[in-house]
Amino acid sequence: MARKLNLRIWRGDSKNGELKDVQVDVNEGEVVLDVIHRVQATQMGDLAVRWNCKAGKCGSCSMEINGKPRLACMTQVASFDENETITVTPLRAFPVIKDLVTDVSFNYKKAMEIPAYEPPKDLAPGEARMEQVDVERSQEFRKCIECFLCQNTCHVIRDHEENKKSFAGPRFFIRIAELDMHPLDILKNRKRTAQEEHGLGMCNITKCCTEVCPEHIRITDNAIIPMKERVVDIKYDPSRMFAGLLKREKRD
Amino acid sequence: MTQSALQRHTYDVLVIGAGGAGLRAAVEAREAGLSVAIICKSLFGKAHTVMAEGGAAASMGNVNDNDNWMVHFRDTMRGGKFLNHYRMAELHAKEAPDRIWELEMWGALFDRTKEGKISQRNFGGHEYPRLAHVGDRTGLELIRTMQQKIVQLQQKDGREFGNMEAKIKVFAECTITEIVKENGKVAGAYGYWRESGEEILFEAPAVVLATGGVGKTFKITSNSWEGTGDGHALALKAGANLVDMEFLQFHPTGMVWPPSVRGILVTESVRGEGGILTNTNGERFMFKYIPDVFKDKYADNEAEADRWYTDQDNNRRPPELLPRDEVARAINAEVKAGRGTEHGGVFLDVSKRLSPEVIKKRLPSMWHQFYELAGVDITKEPMEVGPTCHYVMGGVEVEPDTAAAVGVPGLFAAGEVAGGMHGSNRLGGNSLTDLLVFGRRAGMGAAEYVKKNSANPVSDATIKAAAERIEAPFSRTGGENSYSLHAQLQEITHNLVGIIRTRTEIEDAIAKIADIRKRSKNVTVTGGRTFNPGFHLAFDLDNMLLVAESTAKSALLREESRGGHTRDDFPAMSNKWRQVNHIASFNGSEVTVKAQPLPMLPKELFDLFDVHELEKYMTPEEIAKGGSN
Repeated sequence: MARKLNLRIWRGDSKNGELKDVQVDVNEGEVVLDVIHRVQATQMGDLAVRWNCKAGKCGSCSMEINGKPRLACMTQVASFDENETITVTPLRAFPVIKDLVTDVSFNYKKAMEIPAYEPPKDLAPGEARMEQVDVERSQEFRKCIECFLCQNTCHVIRDHEENKKSFAGPRFFIRIAELDMHPLDILKNRKRTAQEEHGLGMCNITKCCTEVCPEHIRITDNAIIPMKERVVDIKYDPSRMFAGLLKREKRD
Repeated sequence: MTQSALQRHTYDVLVIGAGGAGLRAAVEAREAGLSVAIICKSLFGKAHTVMAEGGAAASMGNVNDNDNWMVHFRDTMRGGKFLNHYRMAELHAKEAPDRIWELEMWGALFDRTKEGKISQRNFGGHEYPRLAHVGDRTGLELIRTMQQKIVQLQQKDGREFGNMEAKIKVFAECTITEIVKENGKVAGAYGYWRESGEEILFEAPAVVLATGGVGKTFKITSNSWEGTGDGHALALKAGANLVDMEFLQFHPTGMVWPPSVRGILVTESVRGEGGILTNTNGERFMFKYIPDVFKDKYADNEAEADRWYTDQDNNRRPPELLPRDEVARAINAEVKAGRGTEHGGVFLDVSKRLSPEVIKKRLPSMWHQFYELAGVDITKEPMEVGPTCHYVMGGVEVEPDTAAAVGVPGLFAAGEVAGGMHGSNRLGGNSLTDLLVFGRRAGMGAAEYVKKNSANPVSDATIKAAAERIEAPFSRTGGENSYSLHAQLQEITHNLVGIIRTRTEIEDAIAKIADIRKRSKNVTVTGGRTFNPGFHLAFDLDNMLLVAESTAKSALLREESRGGHTRDDFPAMSNKWRQVNHIASFNGSEVTVKAQPLPMLPKELFDLFDVHELEKYMTPEEIAKGGSN
């Protein structure tokens, strides 16, 4: 049964904007993205919103819903009180392009700075043998749908624009962790570069990224903390520092 | 748009579409030494390929060493009811394993067997466990692996040229409205940035279309907004042909409840892992729907079907694993007979056979999807499912070895936008390897072409015409709304050229599509050029209309039922109709369709089959010939 929903949508561009109130029909079982689409089709033909799969798998419809970073396709209207006004605003950590669409190019630039996977030189295609338990560690991080909600919520960049230059953000810490734990990758010193070049040290493990991850990736516990611990080990362990001079191994 | 403001870019190869086929083509063309622009409508890494759940079919033989390319080839031809272009099916079956191993060398992490090899799972229509997979997010793994491979190539270019984007650049959120030709050959492509609405010209001697499917032409679909048949329409307008456009795959198991998720896919792996289909009487109905051609491969009783999960060498497969077209028609028939759920579906249950832990491990994103989108816990209760428009078998007619579009020098097509590979029905799992095999071949084909053909400068007159077309909807007032025209088109295709068709309904559809096309010439756009979805849809609509017209006109001519084309008025499959493909072309005002003889299997491939099996598909004269050489 259709009922009316009070929706408040941020409309504007890079220069200015404001919250606009609309009333829109909502049916049982609908998610926030459905009602945004209804507004678009019936009231605001030029309302800008990103989306693709509508099944929580592509990470396109990231926005802030009542102030919380969410995927609009995975947020049930029924999860709010019937009389509650739902407010949708663009991601705050990135510059607005129009309405609910932001410029997320920061993330793609950072992606290009992470050293790529490096396979063993003498491994022929089809010859790789890996244990399931060993691939699962990296697989957890490869579930990432790049919705960038973790990037958006991380206060290192959310509240400090100036940090963007030297801080890759949680999405790319799990990328580094994934490669570091990859059973075949041979590139050395991934953790150290995470610390020295990608700003791992700026993270003070408040776990906000983990909380907003729609894929429930344990970003802080399984990627960031283990890397931080190992970096500390390497940095302050004199015997390892000495051994490191003699033999550089991947598992630093 | 003034000439001086127009952004111009020059590349060796343009790849339109950044799904599996496009990225694989881009890697190949770059590794051949060329400069490549990757152009996509969404952000980089969001392509519909990420939705592919089940896996990538390749006869590596890691789980059952009886598997090899010949078995895979046979399965593919059977699945397509022998309407496939044999050469594409052959190349695909032969090259798929190498393409999977290659991804592993690029960092992909597939699930493993006990011996540490790439694990392979069962899937509908595949004789052996054949699908390399990563839980149920295999498509995402393909996209990420290739996305990261492209970054690796860019980093290499950065070290060599001092600029990471010197040789491969991604143009994200950019829509192509036209393939530009000069002197009968491809000269580039014209389009607009979705963000700013500004226009952009790419000059290049070769264009690879990798734009995916057409699902948004239909009302209930598993496809995202991007599946608007852009490549199909761009190719038609550039003078290429579309082959087999009557064949649409309705995936048998889309979600049917709640309405907001209607159409979203429930992966076939649910059935591969032991999910059973029942109607509201509790009857496991698929046993009633095993067609004669499959009688010796599928179990006709529950006991044998159940034994198959543990002993596949001595039992026939459960009928839930029949090819998709068979399962979709069966569900459709059950619902029509009044044995469906109140939401128009049937039940798919995995909870009876597998423990909650195993379900969450093997089907994690399905568990997630039902729990979060529908509030259903699939470890405890059944899912409600029904057919959803999933995949178009038809597409650009190409030369199999090079993926070159027939009739347009410099144009290539790979992946869902290309036709021929899957015949009248695609097997699950064959799509992901299709992307890799033919994406690579399109990249190679384009590279070879560019070596022999220089760039063809784009004339001012061509630019002016392309720019005027983009300007048009802004300069009109009081015309049609693109959203409502789109909804009307979807209603027509769904009701009149959907899963079951008849002559009168198809004729009705053709007339109605023509009417919408006429009205679409008068679409008006409100608002400005900056990220304006109404403006974007006006152009996507144009593409969907050409697709719908091609599909309806091809469907009208084919007076038989085969794979993804079911005619109520011609319910049987006809061996005579197997001998022809339908070729759609566009003369600037309407689509025309003609029959064209299907290439005959050469003797060495003909001999891979038992002649009695071929008799089900071929005429006595064809059998007597025994192949083409």
